[in-house]
Parts: sequence; C-alpha cells; structure tokens
Amino acid sequence: MNLLDIFKRRSSAPVARERLQVLLAYERRNRSQPDLVSILREEIMAVIAKHVQIDQDYLQVSMDRGETMSTLEIDIQIPNKSAVPMAMAG
Amino acid sequence: MGKVVVVTSGKGGVGKTTSTAALGAAVAKTGKKVALVDFDVGLRNLDLIMGAERRVVFDLVNVIQGQAKLSQALIRDKRVETLFLLPASQTRDKDALTEEGVGEVIDKLRSVFDYVFCDSPAGIERGAQLAMRFADEAVIVTNPEVSSVRDSDRIIGLLDARTLRAEQGEQIAKHVLVTRYDAARASRGEMLSIDDVLEILSVPLLGIIPESQDVLRASNLGSPVTLSEPLNSAAKAYIDAARRLEGEELPVIVPFERKGFLDRLLGRRAA
Repeated sequence: MNLLDIFKRRSSAPVARERLQVLLAYERRNRSQPDLVSILREEIMAVIAKHVQIDQDYLQVSMDRGETMSTLEIDIQIPNKSAVPMAMAG
Repeated sequence: MGKVVVVTSGKGGVGKTTSTAALGAAVAKTGKKVALVDFDVGLRNLDLIMGAERRVVFDLVNVIQGQAKLSQALIRDKRVETLFLLPASQTRDKDALTEEGVGEVIDKLRSVFDYVFCDSPAGIERGAQLAMRFADEAVIVTNPEVSSVRDSDRIIGLLDARTLRAEQGEQIAKHVLVTRYDAARASRGEMLSIDDVLEILSVPLLGIIPESQDVLRASNLGSPVTLSEPLNSAAKAYIDAARRLEGEELPVIVPFERKGFLDRLLGRRAA
C-alpha cells in the first residue's frame, strides 16, 4: 500500500456528498411531477368529457423529464361505441 | 395548548424510537408534561425502550376504536411523573388508524400535555404520514450516511406537502438530529460531516448524538439514556437537543476526536 492508496481510501465522504447532491437535485425536481400529472389528467379529462364520453382508464398522461427537454405524453383512447358526441347522443 | 412534535426519518434503524424516548424524558425531567405516542402499529417498540412493555393494557388503536378511554391507555412513567406513554397496538391491520381518530386523540393530548412526541414508523406510507399529519414541529433523525440522508430529504418533502400545517399554508418547524455520529471516522473523511448533512438537507441542526455503547445499554435496561445515565456524552447531547427544542439558544459543538501523532498513524488500523 502506498501513500496515495491511503489518501484515496480515506476520503470517501466527499464522494458520498457529491453523489447525494446530484441525486437529490434530480429527485427534488421530480417530486412535484406526480401532482402535476394528476392535475393535467383531471383537467384534460374534464375537457374531453364535455364532448365525448370516455372512461377514466382510457386516458393516460405521463411526463418524462430530461436534462434539456421534457415530454408530455397524452394517450386518449376513444372506444367506438361511446365515440358519438354527447350532443348527438342526447 | 401543547406542542406536537413528530420524530421521523424515512429510513429504519436510525434511532427514531431511542430519540423519542431520550428527548421526551429529557423534556419531562424539566417538569413539563410529556406524552410519547407510538405510531408503529404492528411493530411497537417504544414500550420496550421505555421499560413499560409489561404494563401495556390498552393502546392507540383501542382508544381510536372506542374500546378504551385515553386516560386508561396512557401509561405513567415510574421514574418521571410527568412522562406518559401511549403504546401502539400489535394488530396487523394496517387500516386500524384513521385520520379522524388520530386527529381526535392528538387534540385531546394537546389540551392536556405540554409536549406530544409522535414516534413515526419507518417508511413513507400511511403510518408515517399519520404520525406527521398533525405535527407542529418535526425532528428528522438522520445518520451521516448516504441512504439515511436521502430518505430524510424525502421525508422533508412530505412534511412540507402532506402535514395539516403545510396544507393550511403554515410552516412546520423542522430540525435535524444527527445520530450515531462517529467523530473519529468523520475526521478521517470516512463519514459525511455535519456540514455536509446540513448543507444537503438545509434544515437547522437540533443536535449531534455521538455513537455510544451507553445508548444500547440504556435500551437493554428499558430506560431512556437521558434518565439512566444523564452524564454520559450521548445523554448530554440529547438533553441539550431537548433544550434547543424548547427554544433555548445553545451552540452545537461538533464532537471532536483528540488524537496524538501516533494515534493518527495507527488510527485506521485501530478502527
């Protein structure tokens, strides 16, 4: 074991600190995400429900956060039998 | 109106129950009326740490479900007469606690006691969220170690979002209590330092509890370390932390390992 090895092995705390800082910065950013997605989901659902009857399960909202860009994915399936606009159906 | 303090951490095994007992006993010793409430339904342990395991008749769930009065379930400590324990039940039913029921019990306790300490279960599920729900202040127990600090950060997020105070737009006072701190290892850079922990969590420090055999011995004997061995270093650190919790401005001294040149040379092997 040379002196450099001793130094390297001793200072694991700075590595721990840096890993935590990077990780927590990411996790804190994402913490609000589930709420945002559920709000979007509810509001999108409300808008669609004005015109077309669909089931909650047919609407999928998800968000992917990237370093420089995020994507919001909205997947709405409208089954054929209830795809008739409500105005016409009523 | 008493103050409700949740003792929480996210991660298990960091010292929540030990800290609840030690802080609660230290506050009660000053003459304040203190209730310790175990929220760890199914895995109660505060009774054991307090040495009251054979005196449990009724528990928190019994009170909530109306099978016992609060006064019947509270166990008075045999050493400090202003200290009381409300044990958790051993039931496996996770839904035994309701938010409404917990709220009523906390309200009653708050009207009688100066301090109500809620010992949270580990995790971030229902039990942990109910333990923090009605709190005015939070003690976040953290070990200077990566997974504990990460989980504490998560819990801080929950405290700021899911407590009644947070939902009403009020602040919940948060304090970090660093436990199992090993001054020698920290000074060698093997353990996150107090500054690291505080900078990462950005929550004020309530105290630093040194790693100590005395804490384990106190648990073995069923007595909070602040009662059984009030003069040892861990107990003193808890007593100081309790004073800070009561609003006293005491400087926190980071435990420091004094070492000679030879110790330094041989220190790594010895550890």
